[in-house]
Amino acid sequence: MPPDHQPSHSHDHSHDHDHDHSHSTFPSSVQGTRPLRIGIGGPVGSGKTALTAALCRLLANELSMVVVTNDIFTTEDAEALRRMAVLPDDRIVPVETGACPHTAIRDDISANLDAVERLESLHTPVDLTLIESGGDNLTAIFSRALVDRQIFVIDVAGGDKVPRKGGPGVTTADLLVINKTDLAPLVNADLSVMDRDAKIRRGDLPICFTSLVQPAGASAVAEWVRAQIAAWTS
Amino acid sequence: MNEQSSRGSNLATLLLLADSRFPTGGHAHSGGVESVHALGRMTTIAELELFIDGRLATSAKTDAAFAAAACAQPNNLVALDHELEVRTPSPKLRDVSRSLGRQMIRVALRAWPSLDATTLRSINVNGPMQPVALGAVAYAAQLSPHDAALVSLHHFMGMATTAAVRLVGLDPFDVQAIAARIASRLDDIAAEAALFAYKTSSELPASTSLLADIMAEHHATWEVRLFAS
Repeated sequence: MPPDHQPSHSHDHSHDHDHDHSHSTFPSSVQGTRPLRIGIGGPVGSGKTALTAALCRLLANELSMVVVTNDIFTTEDAEALRRMAVLPDDRIVPVETGACPHTAIRDDISANLDAVERLESLHTPVDLTLIESGGDNLTAIFSRALVDRQIFVIDVAGGDKVPRKGGPGVTTADLLVINKTDLAPLVNADLSVMDRDAKIRRGDLPICFTSLVQPAGASAVAEWVRAQIAAWTS
Repeated sequence: MNEQSSRGSNLATLLLLADSRFPTGGHAHSGGVESVHALGRMTTIAELELFIDGRLATSAKTDAAFAAAACAQPNNLVALDHELEVRTPSPKLRDVSRSLGRQMIRVALRAWPSLDATTLRSINVNGPMQPVALGAVAYAAQLSPHDAALVSLHHFMGMATTAAVRLVGLDPFDVQAIAARIASRLDDIAAEAALFAYKTSSELPASTSLLADIMAEHHATWEVRLFAS
């Protein structure tokens, strides 16, 4: 088990994420030509909105940010972010996904692209666009035509078997966030099992253990985002 | 004018444009089914069939006529768009139509680069009404006005039947039985709509479903809904 539940990565910290992973180069046709777009996906209740809010709090002072949320039934997530006042209201826009959140981020991304482009154009210049998916299942991943990087968020309370179950989010997301480490003792979840299984599924791809109860809980994720921005604009 | 016959040469293109997997954002919309369901008037297969029949005789047929006209009159899109807008009383439905029009153009530009995007984008800052976009895309894809009308009707039917399956849990096989029964009539309805292909824009049908406009405005205010419209 990661000794103190601090965010930890699946591999040596001395590595620099910008240059370590073969997938970390961006297609030259888009790199730096527009804001970096990062998708945040994962199952219902795993902490996608909490992570989005935390990243806004940690990064909005240094980056021009906009957020597109995807809700299944309501505009709940966008309204929650607005209530938390992590960004000005007009920088947060909801997209309605008609019973199919995975379709809206993967198979038919037109409504999301539409919202992203409008928001980026309205607030030019934008450095970072976050697209939060609606809560879905373990098979949901973002189209590479919608986002440049994706974070997949699972949580400890969902069971420590989730990393072993795999799926494209756990296996291929650019960053896997395993959230709610503070609940591990309450649900008999073994973080070392999750860490071991996630490494088997993901190879060298990074993993962050987080507890977003504390505002600083997302600082390692924010650091990863900064590294992506640096690579995007280099 | 678009002289090509779709039969034989363009059938595969017609199927592509008609496929619900063609990514135009339509999957997030119910075609008004969610509103009717909330009123308790969409609980059986028979009610679904009545609903579809009603729209095919009114707003769906008007949309199909505009799609046919936009395909037949690629230089008259501005006037057609205006005429369709004034036939759509609900501001919410106008917004929905324009967003679906924008999304149709997005994918079609990649699929059929000859599409006249400049004209389409100049129609309205929020994009063209969806049937106008569809007609323009059908023209660029070398389909006929009748094809454009048929795809418009087919899309409406697919939207309504899919929404009914998701919202009501109707037997999907029964739903397809209805769709097959109605499909045998869609060609005739498309032919009627295509009769307007070369008419002046003000002569196009103005038959609408007023209750649908009222319900769409109401639907947009719900706190919890599954579909965007």
